[in-house]
Amino acid sequence: MELIKPGLLFLAAVVAAIASGLAHDTQFAVHMALFAAIGLGLAIWTITSSDPTGRPKPAGLDDGIYMDGPIRYGVIATVFWGVVGFLVGVIIAAQLAFPDLNLEPVLNFSRLRPLHTSAVIFAFGGNALIATSFYIVQRTTAARLFGGGLAWFVFWGYQLFIVLAATGYLMGVTQSKEYAEPEWYIDIWLTIVWVCYLVVFLGTIVKRKEPHIYVANWFFLAFIVTIAMLHVVNNLAVPVSFLGSKSYPIFSGVQDALVQWWYGHNAVGFFLTAGFLGMMYYFIPKQVERPVYSYRLSIVHFWSLIFMYIWAGPHHLHYTALPDWAQTLGMVFSIMLWMPSWGGMINGLMTLSGAWDKLRTDPVLRMLVIAVAFYGMATFEGPMMSIKAVNSLSHYTDWTIGHVHSGALGWNGMITFGAIYYLTPRLWKTNGLYSLRLVNWHFWLATIGIVLYAAAMWVAGITQGLMWREYNAEGYLVYSFVETVAAMFPFYLIRTLGGLLYLTGGLLMAYNVWRTIRGENTQTVPVGTVQRGGLLAAAE
Amino acid sequence: MGDTPNLYEALRHFADSWALAALTLIFAAILVWVFRPGSRKSYRDQADIPFKYDRENR
Repeated sequence: MELIKPGLLFLAAVVAAIASGLAHDTQFAVHMALFAAIGLGLAIWTITSSDPTGRPKPAGLDDGIYMDGPIRYGVIATVFWGVVGFLVGVIIAAQLAFPDLNLEPVLNFSRLRPLHTSAVIFAFGGNALIATSFYIVQRTTAARLFGGGLAWFVFWGYQLFIVLAATGYLMGVTQSKEYAEPEWYIDIWLTIVWVCYLVVFLGTIVKRKEPHIYVANWFFLAFIVTIAMLHVVNNLAVPVSFLGSKSYPIFSGVQDALVQWWYGHNAVGFFLTAGFLGMMYYFIPKQVERPVYSYRLSIVHFWSLIFMYIWAGPHHLHYTALPDWAQTLGMVFSIMLWMPSWGGMINGLMTLSGAWDKLRTDPVLRMLVIAVAFYGMATFEGPMMSIKAVNSLSHYTDWTIGHVHSGALGWNGMITFGAIYYLTPRLWKTNGLYSLRLVNWHFWLATIGIVLYAAAMWVAGITQGLMWREYNAEGYLVYSFVETVAAMFPFYLIRTLGGLLYLTGGLLMAYNVWRTIRGENTQTVPVGTVQRGGLLAAAE
Repeated sequence: MGDTPNLYEALRHFADSWALAALTLIFAAILVWVFRPGSRKSYRDQADIPFKYDRENR
């Protein structure tokens, strides 16, 4: 009986090997060979690690009521993919400033750019979401993760998705849909993993001991369900052959554009907003040690986002072939989103009321709070840019890139860093972080990096937009396109520098997390804090 | 489209009439429910859930 599982894995490996041999293109052959190697490796590992004598296993870290193994792996994966994603970001920023850095064909901008976006959004952000949702759902329902080893499948299956997507981009596999570049077979694999994720999360909620479902779990559940829906609809495509990587989407023209931005904007709304708000509603109260400012407001925040976000996508298609009423609808709902976003921001910030002093002594809290501040900034800027008149200046310029990064680096990045610094000592049961000083350094490097990035892109974007629309008395455009590209050079340099600072902060975090896991603790006091004892005590 | 039934127009009119009214009403009903009298205490208890099962203080 115990040979059934390795047998099936071996069979799957054989099928993948045959598919690899008969593949119509190199990319598909490489990916099927990867599947075959993993299947074979897992089959061998299952046999060698099986223990028919049934001896008791040595006690591990996971014998408490909570299952933390996949979360520990998730924290490490988040840090790893974060550093990789930031590094690729710095490289492509440098490529834009210095085109000679494009090493064709594998390392040119067009292949590295989706690698960067997928690495930071799906690998860094996605691992952070999976790990924190598993951590939070267990500790707010008082139940162990549902499904036993299924949580492990979700973790490893998701890493395989990332590796398939990333290697695919480098080999030129893309269906040319922004933030949904992976081809059909990778999409099917992600769908399988995502349904398992939903089963684990929902199963844990179903067997909860706490009667009420804490609001953070509502946000996580909305994120998981909506992403499943968006992913499936936007990736409806017909493969050219079952042994080749190329496929064609079933939608075309303006329908395809609308489906793409319905997907694209709600990926922002539910992946990068709802999921990360789940983190905010747990980690900020825990780090401040007081409940959220208004639980009632958090419910209103939740339902307002759910009802409004899904309509905002058409603002990506202003002045296109999309019907005018749909563009206006997208704009109106984007502007209405202002209110719930700021309600949520105020709710997060006011949780500190009566405990603002902790910002002086706790750099982890500082990280969580500046994340919420950036959430407020990005959700102010976004609705403003969705207004048609503003969009006619800002669209297709670097202003959009700046907006995305103040949201992604400021809100998603900072709250993830805060969550990682919160989780690491607790998951590895160490006596605090290795160094709070390094957290403080990380905080300032990242903050200054974002400010340089966003400010450079504001100036670049508005310059670009104004140069593109400038025409002379005869009605001719004043600037050729290449002149507007040349004008970007200083701003692209500043952007690269900002990214470099952000990457440096990420490296400090990786070092800090590594030393913490190894159980080293220097008990340092963060820079710029008032200390009791020492000189002060002597003076008293 | 001539006299063939126009699915686009039909769906569009359904969307900006009945569907819009229904969604707005559901949303308004949720808001009323959230602010129902006597919910203050239950919300205070629910806000404390993160501290209920995980009391560690390092």
